[in-house]
Amino acid sequence: MTSQATNPGPAATPQLELRGIVKQYPGTLANDDIDLTVMPGEVHALLGENGAGKSTLVKIIYGVVQADAGEIHWNGERLNISNPAQARHLGIGMVFQHFNLFDTLTVAENIALCVEDSRDLAKLAEQVSAVSERYGLPIDPRRHVHTLSVGERQRVEIIRCLLQNPKLLIMDEPTSVLTPQEVEVLFQTLRRLAGEGCSILYISHKLDEIKELCERATVLRGGKVTATCDPRRETPKSLAEMMIGSELPVCQNVDGGDRGEVCLEVDGLSLPADDPFGTELTEIHLNIRGGEIVGIAGVAGNGQKELLQALSGEMKATHANDIRIAGTPAGHLPPGHRRGEGLAFVPEERLGRGAVPEMSMSDNTLLTTYQKDMVRSGFIQFDRIDEYCKTVVDDFNVVCAGNHAEARSLSGGNLQKFIIGREILLGPKLLILAHPTWGVDVGAATLIRQAIIDLRNKGTAVLVVSEDLEELFEISDRIAVISNGRLSPARRTGDTDVEEVGRWMAGMFDTAGSGEGHHAA
Amino acid sequence: MQLRLEPRAMPSKWLRYSSPLIALALTLVFGVILFSALGQNPAVALYTFFIRPIGTLYGLSELCIKAAPLLLCAVGLAIGFRGNVWNIGAEGQLTMGAICGGGLALAFYGDEGPWLLPLMIVGGGLGGMAWGAIPAFLKTRFNANEILTSLMLTYVAIQVLGYLVHGPWRDPEGFNFPETRLFGEDALLPVLIEGTRFHFGVVLAVLAAMIGWVFVTRTFAGFQIKVVGQAMAAANYAGYSGNRVVWTGFLIGGGLAGLAGLGEVAGPMGQLNPTISPGYGFAAIIVAFLGRLHPAGVLLASLLMALMYLGGESLQMNLNLPLAITGVFQGTLLFFVLASDVFIRFRVKLVHNVPRTAP
Amino acid sequence: MAEIDTIVAILVATMRAGTPLLFAALGELITEKAGVLNLGIEGMMLVGAVAGFIAMVLTGSPLIGVLAAMAAGMAMSGLFGFLTLTLMANQVATGLALTIFGVGLSAFVGLGYIGNPIQGLPGLAIPVLGDIPVLGSLLFNHDPLVYVSLVLLAAVTWFLYRSRAGLILRAVGESHEAAHAIGYSVLKIRYLAVLFGGATSGIAGAYLSLVYTPQWAENMTAGRGWIALALVVFATWRPARVLLGAYLFGGITIMGLHVQAAGFAISSHLVATLPYLATVLVLVLISRDATRIKLNAPAALGKPFHSSG
Repeated sequence: MTSQATNPGPAATPQLELRGIVKQYPGTLANDDIDLTVMPGEVHALLGENGAGKSTLVKIIYGVVQADAGEIHWNGERLNISNPAQARHLGIGMVFQHFNLFDTLTVAENIALCVEDSRDLAKLAEQVSAVSERYGLPIDPRRHVHTLSVGERQRVEIIRCLLQNPKLLIMDEPTSVLTPQEVEVLFQTLRRLAGEGCSILYISHKLDEIKELCERATVLRGGKVTATCDPRRETPKSLAEMMIGSELPVCQNVDGGDRGEVCLEVDGLSLPADDPFGTELTEIHLNIRGGEIVGIAGVAGNGQKELLQALSGEMKATHANDIRIAGTPAGHLPPGHRRGEGLAFVPEERLGRGAVPEMSMSDNTLLTTYQKDMVRSGFIQFDRIDEYCKTVVDDFNVVCAGNHAEARSLSGGNLQKFIIGREILLGPKLLILAHPTWGVDVGAATLIRQAIIDLRNKGTAVLVVSEDLEELFEISDRIAVISNGRLSPARRTGDTDVEEVGRWMAGMFDTAGSGEGHHAA
Repeated sequence: MQLRLEPRAMPSKWLRYSSPLIALALTLVFGVILFSALGQNPAVALYTFFIRPIGTLYGLSELCIKAAPLLLCAVGLAIGFRGNVWNIGAEGQLTMGAICGGGLALAFYGDEGPWLLPLMIVGGGLGGMAWGAIPAFLKTRFNANEILTSLMLTYVAIQVLGYLVHGPWRDPEGFNFPETRLFGEDALLPVLIEGTRFHFGVVLAVLAAMIGWVFVTRTFAGFQIKVVGQAMAAANYAGYSGNRVVWTGFLIGGGLAGLAGLGEVAGPMGQLNPTISPGYGFAAIIVAFLGRLHPAGVLLASLLMALMYLGGESLQMNLNLPLAITGVFQGTLLFFVLASDVFIRFRVKLVHNVPRTAP
Repeated sequence: MAEIDTIVAILVATMRAGTPLLFAALGELITEKAGVLNLGIEGMMLVGAVAGFIAMVLTGSPLIGVLAAMAAGMAMSGLFGFLTLTLMANQVATGLALTIFGVGLSAFVGLGYIGNPIQGLPGLAIPVLGDIPVLGSLLFNHDPLVYVSLVLLAAVTWFLYRSRAGLILRAVGESHEAAHAIGYSVLKIRYLAVLFGGATSGIAGAYLSLVYTPQWAENMTAGRGWIALALVVFATWRPARVLLGAYLFGGITIMGLHVQAAGFAISSHLVATLPYLATVLVLVLISRDATRIKLNAPAALGKPFHSSG
C-alpha cells in the first residue's frame, strides 16, 4: 500500500514502520489495524479529525501507551517500546499538544528531567543555549516556566527533544498555540531538521498546513487508515474527503445586518491577576450589539481566561460600571445575577466546568437553568428539568443514553452540543462562548457554528473567544485580538485579514483611540 | 502477566449499593482471623460481638441510644462531606453542645420547669453550631484548612470540658469527683419505653435523618452542595457560592453534633463528666462514609457502628477481651469500604503485556 | 547563673518537645511534595510509639525499638499507599481512616504495656563540645534522636533542592500527568515518598514513648500528628521553616508548663489548649496569603492518578 517511490536513494530502510497496530479502550476501538511508514528525513503528516485515533497512535510510538496487537519496526529492527525513556533512547522525541512542563521549575530543570545524564545543571544550560541558537529558538534556561508565553513553552519542549539528537520528532498539533507568523518560523525549523535527516511525524487536522509542509500523509478516520498520499498533489477538498468521508460542510452565514441595543459594554476594565501564573487585564474596551457576533482571537494565555471570568462574574471587576450587561452595571454582580440580566455562557472546559462529569444530564441541565422556574420554594422540579433536558437533546442532536447518562460518558462533540444547547434555550440577550468547537468533530463543529449564527440572526449579542482563526473569520461580524491582557479595537471581518490579525496577536496594535475602524500599524 | 485496574464505561450500579455489604463481609473475615489469632473460637466471639448484645428488648434499646448520637453527627457530616467540607471536629462540636445544654441545666438547677428541656435542646444545638462556625469563618475568611482547625478545636473543647468539671462546675457534694451534679427531672429527656433507657433523643435523631434525606435529594440547596463537592469550577461557573456551602456544612454538622452531645448528657448520663463520648464524633466519620454520604444509608450504618460499641463491651464482659477491639474493627471496616469503592468505577483486568521497565 | 541555667533548660526542653513534630512533619513534607496528602500521621505515630515501646521492652535495645517503630510506621503508610495509590481511594477519607485505625490498633496492642516503666533513651553528650558551658548543653548534650532529626532535616533539604531524585519528586507532585508522559513511574515514586513519611512518623512516635515520656499510654500523641500536618502548611513546604515551626510549637508547650510551675493559678486544662490554639492561629496567619500557598503547594496534592493504557 505504501509506496517508497518519493524517497529514492540509499535510505531504503524506513526509519519507523508500524504494522497492524490495534488499541482497544473500553467502549472504543481507538486504533484498528494501522500501518504507517516514515522514511528518514521525511516530513510525514498524520491527518485526521478529532477522535480519529491520531493521539493514541503517537502515544504508542512514544511508549506512553502499549498496543494490544501489532508490530513496531525501528530502523528495520522489530522491537517493543515500553516507556518514553526507551523511546527517547532510541531517538524518538515528542512535542505534546498539552505541554508536559512543570510550571514551578526552571527551563533547565524541566529539560534535565528528560535528559538521563544531567547531573550538572550549568553544563546543561550551556547545551540548551547552543541548541537554541543553532535552530533559532531563543530561550533563557534560568526562567521559571510559569513566566513563559505559550509559544516559548513550545520552544522548551522542542529544545528538550533536540538535545537528544532525535531521528524522529513527533509534533502533536503544534500550531494551535502560535500566531501565523510564529507558524512560519516553526516550519523553517522543521524543514531544517528534516534536511539534516531527522524524520518528522506531523499531526494535524489543518489541511493547508499539511499541504505546505509535508511530503507524505497518512489519513486516519475512525481508528482506521483511509488513505496514504502526497498532500502536495491533493486539494483541500480531496484531503477533507479522505479525512471525514465527505465534503467539508459549510455554514449558512447570511447576515441581515440588523443590529439591536448594546447588550455588552466593557468600559476600561482593568484587573490585576489573582493567580500568580495569571495575566493582568489592562484597559479593556468592547461593545457588542444585539444581532452581531464579535470574535476575540489571540494566543492562549494572553488574558482570555481572565477576561472570560471577569465577564461571567467568577472574578469581580474593580468598578460596577466596568461591565454593563443590557445596560445594567454588572461589574460587581455574581454569576447568578448576571445570568438574571440575560447572560448565558459556554466555558472552555466542558467536563468539570460546563458540566459536572459524574452527574446525570438532568442534573447538568439544572446546573444553569435554575432561574427558569426549575426550583419552587427551594424544591427541585424534576419533571420540568427532564422536559428541558429532552428538548436540548432533541434540538441539538445530542447522542446520549438518556437523561440519566453521566456527562462524562458523552463524546466531546455531543457534550459541547448539549452545553451550547442548554445555554441557547435559555433565550439569552448575550451569549459568551469560549473555544466553542475546540476538540470537536467536524459534524458537531458545523452544527455548533450554525446554531451560533442562527442565534445572532434572532437578535442575540454573541461573543466568541477562540484560538481558531479560520472559525473566527467564518462566523464573526467583527474581530478583535487579545494580547498580553490588552484588547485591540474590533475590526469588521471584511476589513481585515489573517496577516493583520497575526500581527495583532503578537501585540502590535494601538488601543489608544479604541474606536471602530481605527488603524493600528 | 499483571493485574490492572481499568475504568468502566459506566459505574456499576450494583456495586454502588453492594460495596458496603462486601466491606462488611470482609470485615467479618478479618474478625474470624483476628479472633482465631487471639485463641478464641471465632464463631463464639463473632456471636458475642454481633448477635448477643441485641438478643433482648433492652439490648435493642441500648443499640438505639448508642446509634442516636452517631446518627446525628453522621447526618451532619455527610451533608458537609458531599460538598467537600471536611468537618472532622464533630467530637468537639458534640462536646460544646453538651457543655452549653448541660450548662443551662446547671444554671437553672432547683429553679426549673417544663420549659427547661426545650431551652437546653436549643442551647445544645446552638453551642455545637457556634463551635462549628469557627472553622467555617476561618475557612471562608482566611482560607485556613478546615480539617486542621476543626480538629484542633476538638482538643480545645475537650480541655474546656475538663476544666469545667474539674473546676467551677464540679458537684459541691460530689466528694471531689470530676463531675457535675445530677440534672433535675425537668432537664432530662423523657424515657419512651418503660424498663429501658430508650429516650426522646433517638426520635430526634431519626427525624434529623429524614429531614436530611429530603434536604439532599429534593432541595436546590442540597444540589448545590453536591455540585460544589464534585466540581468546584462548575459551581463557580453556575454561580453557586462555595463559601455558603462551607457555612451550611459546618452549621448543620455542628448543630446536629451539638444535639448529639446534649442528648448524651440529658439522656443516659444526666450530668457532665470528662468523658461524655467514647469517640462518637470520630466514629461518625466512618458512619458517614459507610452510609455512602446518604442519610438513609447513614441510618443503617449508625446501627452497625453502635452494634460494634455494644459488641466490644459484650466481648469484654463475656470473653474478657479488651474494649479497644472496637476501634480496630471500626478502622478495618472503613478501610474495606474505601477499598471496595474503587470497583464501582474500575474493574480488574488481567493483561499479558510485556512488563514495563522503569526508566 | 541560675537564671541562665533555667533558660538553657527551657530551650533544651523546647527542642525535645519539638523533635517529634520535626520528624513527622519532614516525612509529611516529602509525602506532600510528591503530591500525596496523608492525614494519617496521628495514627502512624501511635502505632510507631507502641511498636517501639514493645520492642524496647522485649529486647531492651533502644535501637531495635526505633527500628521497630519505623517498620510499623512504614507498614501503616504502605496500607495507606495501597488504598490511595493502587486503589485510588479518596486521600482525605483514607487518611482519617488510618488515624482511626491507628488509635484503635495501638490501644489494642499496647493494652498489656500501660504503666510499664522503661529506661528512656540515654543522652549522647558529644565529648569536649558537650562540656562548653551553656552552648554545650544547648547544642551538644541531647539524646541521639535529636541529632538524627537535625541530620534528617539537612538531608531532606539537600535531597529536595540539590539532587536529581528530588527534582523528579517535585515534578511528580506538581503534575503527575506530565511526569507520566515523559516516562516517570508516578506510583513508584509516590509509594517511596509515602513510605518515607511512614518511617519518620514511626520514629516520631517512638520519640514520645521511648524518650520524651518513656512509657506507653493510649492516645499519647495527643494531636501532635495533626499539628505536624499544620506545620507543613505553616512552613509553606520548605524544610528549614519546618524546623522553626517545630521548635516554636515545642516552645509553646513548654512555656505553658513553666507558667504553671512558676505558680500562676491557671488550670492545667486551659494551659493544655495552648498548642492547639496556636496551631489555629498560625494556620490563619499563613493561609490568608493565598498567593504564597499557591506558589509553594504541590499542584497535584491530593489528586488521584490513574495511568491509562
